Amino acid sequence: MNGVLAVGLGHVGAIASLFGETIREALRRKPEWPVLIDQLHHLGVRSFWIATVTALFTGMVLALQTSYSLAAYGAKFFVGDVVSLSLVRELGPVLTSLMVGGRVGAGITAELGTMKVTEQIDAIRAMAASPVRKLVVPKVLSILVMLPILVILADLVGILGGLIMAVTTLNQDSGFYMQHVVTALSLHDVMSGLGKTFCFALIISLVACYNGLIATGGADGVGRATTQTVVVTSLCVLISDFFLTKFFLYF
Amino acid sequence: MADPFIRFEDVHKAFGDKQVLQGITFDIRRGETMVVLGGSGSGKSVLIRHIIGLHRPDRGHVIVDGEDIVDYDEDRLFAVRKKIAMLFQGGALFDSMNVLENLAYGLREHTDLPEETIRARVRDKLALVGLEEIEALMPAELSGGMKKRVALARSIAMDPQCILYDEPTTGLDPVTANTINELIRSMQARLQVTSVVVTHDIESAFFVGDRVAYLYEGRMHFVGTIEEARASREPQLRYFLSGGREGADAAV
Ligand SMILES: Nc1ncnc2c1ncn2[C@@H]1O[C@H](COP(=O)(O)OP(=O)(O)OP(=O)(O)O)[C@@H](O)[C@H]1O
Ligand SMILES: [Mg+2]
Repeated sequence: MNGVLAVGLGHVGAIASLFGETIREALRRKPEWPVLIDQLHHLGVRSFWIATVTALFTGMVLALQTSYSLAAYGAKFFVGDVVSLSLVRELGPVLTSLMVGGRVGAGITAELGTMKVTEQIDAIRAMAASPVRKLVVPKVLSILVMLPILVILADLVGILGGLIMAVTTLNQDSGFYMQHVVTALSLHDVMSGLGKTFCFALIISLVACYNGLIATGGADGVGRATTQTVVVTSLCVLISDFFLTKFFLYF
Repeated sequence: MADPFIRFEDVHKAFGDKQVLQGITFDIRRGETMVVLGGSGSGKSVLIRHIIGLHRPDRGHVIVDGEDIVDYDEDRLFAVRKKIAMLFQGGALFDSMNVLENLAYGLREHTDLPEETIRARVRDKLALVGLEEIEALMPAELSGGMKKRVALARSIAMDPQCILYDEPTTGLDPVTANTINELIRSMQARLQVTSVVVTHDIESAFFVGDRVAYLYEGRMHFVGTIEEARASREPQLRYFLSGGREGADAAV
């Protein structure tokens, strides 16, 4: 047990130092725009569908569940409040991070892991370049930029999903629903949702890069590292969400 | 001519419980071609990776061009790595980039040369390894031998002072292998490049090398000129050079 703990803490320390190195390398030279744009597209734009479909159905389910389970309390009229608050504060950031994190995290670890075991990472070092600057920086930056954008989109689409259900099955007026959405949400809710998202983006990108960079073995090693990334990033998102929620409740 | 460009002093390296290098001491002189011979798994690749700091020894010193690089961090190793290029055993081409981008990688990283100059340079280097018109191909579209040659072209693209070749001719047909061996020789003759060539192929070794080092069980069992190697009575070396027909075991 102590051994497991020590290994775990070792990884946490190593990820923290990867974070430090990423910041250092990011500031050292101006970004390589073509690489960065490619990553923004690959990691961000291509995650559009997975994020919006998830949010649409979550919003619809939320509306249904609220009206059904809280019917006794007259909750029908508060569907807009419940849907928007749950989405913006909690489900938008968490579900988007889980889905997009699984997609891009696995991709990053597989890519960097393959480069590691075929000596391409060593080849970068041998050519007097930094693998962190060439590979990690563009990925971390892209996710840091794109994940919050995807979360905002997901929030909007989820609220739209709730609206569809409110209008079609609860016979609510769309203006009434939207009015509840707007009055329920405060800037603080939006900020705490986005604040969480930045933390999730860092966790996903750093864990995925780290697992790729330390992969050993060969195809099976890369496979293991990739699985590991999906498991670890999902757990970290869910666990850190709890603490971040507590943290943002202080303000 | 005689001052060492690279010097190993009592270098030890283990991976976990596995002792790979157990006290390596030898010099590689400026401008010479040193061939490193040794059986599969004897630690040849591990040995040459120490020269550019891709591995750190557990004990001992690696001195490159007068500097002990053992305690250098990645930033300080950059200066060393700009002087010394490496051809990896598996080629290590970037498989997300085409041949042009692979060869231009170092040039784009470290110089501000205009695009036409870079393209011309890439074309020249490809011609040196007997390839042309393949700039737009991806590594996955190349044959094994072509990959090896593209990787070789990439390692000489920056005109380094020293080149480490990890099995440059393995997997090539005899004619192409010969072209590569001639290339290694001519780079030394024309540009006074210091070379370290790891190989299994004894014929190539004797053709390209000025001196030979024989690695066996983590130690250098022989370091000397080609003639000395041919005449040597060191049992392990005899055994290796004769393909197991004479020397160590045969003598028992
Ligand atoms: N990164 C590593 N981690 C653990 N063990 C390693 C590592 N690199 C090499 N080894 C071990 O070190 C030993 C020497 O490996 P090396 O690749 O240097 O052999 P080699 O002499 O180049 O063989 P070959 O001629 O087959 O290429 C092998 O037993 C290998 O298993
Ligand atoms: Mg080898």
